[in-house]
Amino acid sequence: MTGRRSDGTTVRRPLSPHLQVYDMLQMNSALSITHRITGAIWSAGTLLLVWWLVAAATGEESFARVQWFLGSFLGLLVLFGLTAVTWYHTLAGLRHLMWDWGFGFELPTMYATGRAVLIGTAVLTVLTWILALIFWG
Amino acid sequence: MANETSSPASMRSALGRVRGLGSARKGTHHWWMARVTSLALLPLTFWFVFSMIGLAGASYVETVLWIARPFNAVLLLALIAATFHHMASGLQVVAEDYVRPDTTQMLVVLAIKGVSILLALACAVAVIRIVAAA
Repeated sequence: MTGRRSDGTTVRRPLSPHLQVYDMLQMNSALSITHRITGAIWSAGTLLLVWWLVAAATGEESFARVQWFLGSFLGLLVLFGLTAVTWYHTLAGLRHLMWDWGFGFELPTMYATGRAVLIGTAVLTVLTWILALIFWG
Repeated sequence: MANETSSPASMRSALGRVRGLGSARKGTHHWWMARVTSLALLPLTFWFVFSMIGLAGASYVETVLWIARPFNAVLLLALIAATFHHMASGLQVVAEDYVRPDTTQMLVVLAIKGVSILLALACAVAVIRIVAAA
């Protein structure tokens, strides 16, 4: 990529390493890109929040339509996926905040916190849905 | 290096060269706000998910009354503000990493910000309308 030095002359700068460079079987790079992907999915998921709130403000008929979708097989599947995505991004985000704070950079700690994110996501997702099914029933 | 110091004099001023590039922008503030909103979203997200569990199977009237309660309305508005701020900030970084830095990137970032603000306003107006109607 062509960039400019502070005096205005041009210079060829190296590109940042891209997705293809990383070994996705290596846990930390896989978790890193998953954090980004789950953030993007969650962003798309906010459309459900917009729909739900706007429908509730519009009236009973519009609200019934959202509730019908959320209760359908596809709706439940989407909600389940969003739950997993939400807990993953939240826990991986906590891991990032820990790094920002200056802790947890030792390799064994990195692997331990990485595994904790994965296990925590599974536990919180299952727990959320057990509670949801209890309340729903 | 000798050839760098003797490079042809640029017609542009030092300010003109850095304006809109690198450290002349608001990188630190952007990074910091992403952390601030993520901290705010930690308790708000837990509260929201477990509130939604409580609302599973609730009727229209029950749901609207729940939203209209001042405590819930305030936290919902906070959740909306933090969520869409954090979302716009994160998507902007993704666009800056993967979209070629030219007019396209600028348009993509502007679109991300515009859509995020509109979605946030739609949510906020819905909450306020429900509160006003209840």
